Amino acid sequence: MGTFHREGSYCVATFTADETRVLRKIATEVVVLLSDGFNRGDPAIGRLFPDIYPDRPAESAEFRRYTERELKTGKIDQAGAVLAALPADGGGEVRLDDEAAQAWLRALNDARLALAVRLEITTATDLSRELVEAARDPQSARAFQLSVYAYLGHLQESLLDALLTEPGAE
Amino acid sequence: MTAPAPVHRPEVGETPEGDRPWVTVVWDDPVNLMSYVTWVFQKLFGYSHDEAEKLMLTVHHEGKAVVASGARERMEYDAARLHAYGLWATVDRA
Repeated sequence: MGTFHREGSYCVATFTADETRVLRKIATEVVVLLSDGFNRGDPAIGRLFPDIYPDRPAESAEFRRYTERELKTGKIDQAGAVLAALPADGGGEVRLDDEAAQAWLRALNDARLALAVRLEITTATDLSRELVEAARDPQSARAFQLSVYAYLGHLQESLLDALLTEPGAE
Repeated sequence: MTAPAPVHRPEVGETPEGDRPWVTVVWDDPVNLMSYVTWVFQKLFGYSHDEAEKLMLTVHHEGKAVVASGARERMEYDAARLHAYGLWATVDRA
């Protein structure tokens, strides 16, 4: 399983062909969610673009009018940074400078937020137990999505660790 | 960017709106990693690691925490920056 570590000025990980495929699919789904598939009524969009004034819909909408385009562009760009850095074909190494690493951190976070909405993950969710239960049915789409969700969390944590490791201290 | 025109008419005896500070609030959610939230607080607000971690733990245990206070436009700007990092932020009167 791909894990980031620090190599000088870079955060580096090696991915299998399967991991690369999953990451490409996830990042592409985020781009679609934020572009052609953009739907204000989608709870995943609600989570990625929260109401700034929960009790004042008109003021939230007003604020959104000024800020949503820039926020959306930023989120599409960071998902694009994931796609741009992945190996073109099959597995391979991903090497990120600090700026790209930060874009990846935000993109992985967006992907996890959207996936968590689909999986109905709450503070009460015991991810390890859910994974074991879902795995009893190997055909279950939920088992696969839960494992992707857990994998993205692992990847994000390792990337943050690598980013915060001082160059030379690795 | 401009601020929306005020729609609130202060009532007699109420503190004028301009004098009342606003706050940016971050809410707990089941997804964001504790280490990531700590890092975002450090990065966006210049907190030390210990200050940022303490704030993150307040969000985690209390369900929310005030991360900034001041003028309304500044709080809206901070909330938008937090949204860019995927944190669940809202703005309210102090």
